Amino acid sequence: MKNTITFLAGLIFGLGLIVSGMTNSANIIGFLDIAGHWNPSLALVMAGGIGIAFFAFRYTENKKLTLCNEPVHLPATRQLNKELIIGSLLFGTGWALAGFCPGPALVVLGTGNKQAGLFVLAMLIGMHGHDIFYKRLFNKAQEGN
Amino acid sequence: MPITIDWLHFNPENALLGGVMLGLGASLLLLFNGKIAGISGIFAYLIKPKNIFSADAAWRALFLIGLISAAVIYPLFSAFPTAPIATSNGTLIVAGLLVGFGSRMGSGCTSGHGICGLSRLSLRSLVATISFMTAGFVTTYFVLHTG
Repeated sequence: MKNTITFLAGLIFGLGLIVSGMTNSANIIGFLDIAGHWNPSLALVMAGGIGIAFFAFRYTENKKLTLCNEPVHLPATRQLNKELIIGSLLFGTGWALAGFCPGPALVVLGTGNKQAGLFVLAMLIGMHGHDIFYKRLFNKAQEGN
Repeated sequence: MPITIDWLHFNPENALLGGVMLGLGASLLLLFNGKIAGISGIFAYLIKPKNIFSADAAWRALFLIGLISAAVIYPLFSAFPTAPIATSNGTLIVAGLLVGFGSRMGSGCTSGHGICGLSRLSLRSLVATISFMTAGFVTTYFVLHTG
């Protein structure tokens, strides 16, 4: 049953990206273009998502257990460091250039879109570039999220 | 600088409904699996050859298969809202590299930090979200309104 729910969780998440318009890169760029004709969609998407997930996180933070009575795995890092900020700035720059972040890019790739495929391939190389080369070079401790 | 709303492309009902679905998907993964729906982290784990056969790969693979299946299942009920991607291939490559590298360096992306992290009131995720939003606003300004 847990496997079915995991699949359904991904499916609902993916459908949510389509319904909300987040798989349309023009909506992302429209949100980030506050100096132009602003499209506030993303703000409502985040409000809707946080409005629901907030309660699930409250429940698990209190209980420390899942509904299947298993441990919850939440990132333990609390420290604000330069990797968090520089990484997020780089991420935001790429996000704005293409109007894609990882979730929507994968969904659009699922429709057989070659441009999304190119983006995902570059994203994969960027991830390996960080995890294999950058981290090894600077010997960073593993951080998960 | 007055902000004008793009009502032609802004659909509040769909944005809110889609957002609620994202929250629902993230909540199901958390409540039943105890895991955070961070797409960049899940994807980055699965693309490492040494991880493919690990016990922790299964839930990640199932979640991503579900996510990508949305592209196949949605059109059964309604036309997929297709939109041409105006970005050039060169820009898509640079953007993909930045998104991949940056999401790993910053330990998350729009889903992990922007939705899950803010939902659990994580200060790290708030700082990450403000950082990527700021970079996004500035980049878009330069791309669309200068040069």
